[in-house]
Amino acid sequence: MKSVRSTPLKVPAKAPTGIIGFDEITGGGLPRGRATLLAGESGSGKTVFALQFLVHGAQDCREPGIFVAFEESSKRIVSNAESFAWKLVELQRKKLFFVDAQPLLDLVQAGNFDLNGMLAVLTDKARELGARRIVFDALDVVLALLPDVAARRREVYRLHEWLLRSGLTGLITLKAGADEPSDSSLQSLGFMQFMVDCTVILNHGVVRGVSQRNLRVQKYRGSSFDENESAFVIGASGIEVAVARMRGREDVKVTSERVSSGVERLDTMLSGGYYRGATVLITGSPGTAKTTLSGAFAEAACRRGERTLYVSFDSDGSEVVRNLASVGIRLGRYVKNGLLRIISARTTTGSAEIYLVRIKSLAKEHRARCLVIDPVSAFAKSGNEFTARSVAERLIDWSKADGTTLVCTHLLDDTVIQRDRGAPLQISTFADTWIHLSLLVQAGERNRGLSIIKSRGTPHSNQVRELILSDAGVTLTDTYNAGGEVLAGTPHWQKESADRVANEVAEVACKLKRVRLDAEEAELEVRLKSLQVELVAKQAEKALLARTTKGHQGELSRDRTRMGELRGADAAPPEAKVKSP
Amino acid sequence: MSRRVIFKFRLYVAGDAPNSAQAVANLTALCLKHLLNRHEIDVVDVFREPKRALEDGIYMTPTLVKLAPSPALRIVGTLSEKQTVLQALGVESVAA
Repeated sequence: MKSVRSTPLKVPAKAPTGIIGFDEITGGGLPRGRATLLAGESGSGKTVFALQFLVHGAQDCREPGIFVAFEESSKRIVSNAESFAWKLVELQRKKLFFVDAQPLLDLVQAGNFDLNGMLAVLTDKARELGARRIVFDALDVVLALLPDVAARRREVYRLHEWLLRSGLTGLITLKAGADEPSDSSLQSLGFMQFMVDCTVILNHGVVRGVSQRNLRVQKYRGSSFDENESAFVIGASGIEVAVARMRGREDVKVTSERVSSGVERLDTMLSGGYYRGATVLITGSPGTAKTTLSGAFAEAACRRGERTLYVSFDSDGSEVVRNLASVGIRLGRYVKNGLLRIISARTTTGSAEIYLVRIKSLAKEHRARCLVIDPVSAFAKSGNEFTARSVAERLIDWSKADGTTLVCTHLLDDTVIQRDRGAPLQISTFADTWIHLSLLVQAGERNRGLSIIKSRGTPHSNQVRELILSDAGVTLTDTYNAGGEVLAGTPHWQKESADRVANEVAEVACKLKRVRLDAEEAELEVRLKSLQVELVAKQAEKALLARTTKGHQGELSRDRTRMGELRGADAAPPEAKVKSP
Repeated sequence: MSRRVIFKFRLYVAGDAPNSAQAVANLTALCLKHLLNRHEIDVVDVFREPKRALEDGIYMTPTLVKLAPSPALRIVGTLSEKQTVLQALGVESVAA
């Protein structure tokens, strides 16, 4: 018989549980028409899981169900489940039937018994109801009454056979802690584990005072499944299992639409602002105006008329409004008209998973397009170190899938950035835009510097800008870059004015020099002119000299010719003499 | 005083399942021995009357219900542990 069951002819169809995340882990739900074992300590959430499985079947899958309660009375179960939005009372009329099978307290036991009576009752009821699902909650209670292991096995076997015959999708819960060995229920657990087609283990532990719930699918015949332990929480809609990535999820629709950061100059630095649906990380040490910057974003979103959720882990909503008003960010009116919802999660304790579930449900409720979480590092409070990262990852994943623009602040020292380590939650790798705020301490002053460490898909400024907060708002100014040193605040001003003086001096000196040069030039010109005049005079003198010399020589030769004539000499030699003087 | 009291029993059985058959035999033997002529036994087969079993809250078979004398009492099992059964029914004194 066994071997026949363990080699199914085809992969069994699955019955969805409606438990967010669980259907993803198992690729569709519990094996239809088969038995699933759900084991866990008391208080680990077995009953909630089982009930949700039935409620989902009855409400959304047209699969009525029967809940066989061995431990708690159905009245108590229904009243305990009132906090969930399950409409149990309504469902109970037609689609959901509770069987109170708790053994009576004054029950006398004399000899062996079997569960035939119950199965007969259930067969009848299932037919009447058209049931497709059944839950046996806390089967261990009734098994414990059986005298020996053999009897327990026999009854478990009987129950299993009945389940398969009935064609119902069965879920059997069993109280069994992994840390309670040699328990009678654990023996039957071991036996049942190999009999059933699927085993799910629930765990509830406390890590440094913080409750952490985990779920693990131990086996699933004929189906692939996620074998890892997954965290889960019990929220308003029941169990929600944390799954890193929804299987088969379509790629997120990306948009090139920009949304303003709320600071004009920052938008310029980012060539237009943040991308719609992006995740923005603002890091910095305490007092670097992380909250202010995220507040500016929220205000800008509200001004555009976008519904915004602001989750503050640091202060109350009214404090956030008051504090931001002091720097010209007025959120009060948006809180009043309902666009902005500020949630203070300061006093919330619990696992990071619970934060995530709360934030998601609040954002859904508020239909938020923009979401601010200040600071996201609150996830990593003690006890949550192991889960915080995956929670942050899933927060980003969810906000992207949802198209929500997410701004998270994160406490971070400058030294961490310098060591190139990234943010502790590793959000820095997932964030699309990372803005770091640092304190520039010089000359007894602290000033805030803003730099964009990364911004995917956007040309962005590499400059460190000074962030100035005043009652008029948030502005950015250029910092002064001097010899590789970034200056801001008063040192910036001082440096600037010193330079201005130096400039003036230099200017004056320059003027002086020009004047002097002009004078020299003029002098040279004057000298040049007088020299020219002198030259003309000299030339005239020279010409005069030439002329007088010529006249004198002519006279001499005429005199000599005359003398020759007078002496009667031949003419030729004196001619030659004249020709070559 | 107790000799006049009539014991009314209802025994829920699951067809002719071994445990149930054993319980019928054990109850019959017990009544013959200890409650001769002052007992009534009504046997209900849960396979044939599942609605009645549901109404009466019978999930383990066999189950013996003592309807009278009051207080009502339920004994689950084959009734093979005779001392336990007699003690629970309060008929031990009669046996002694």
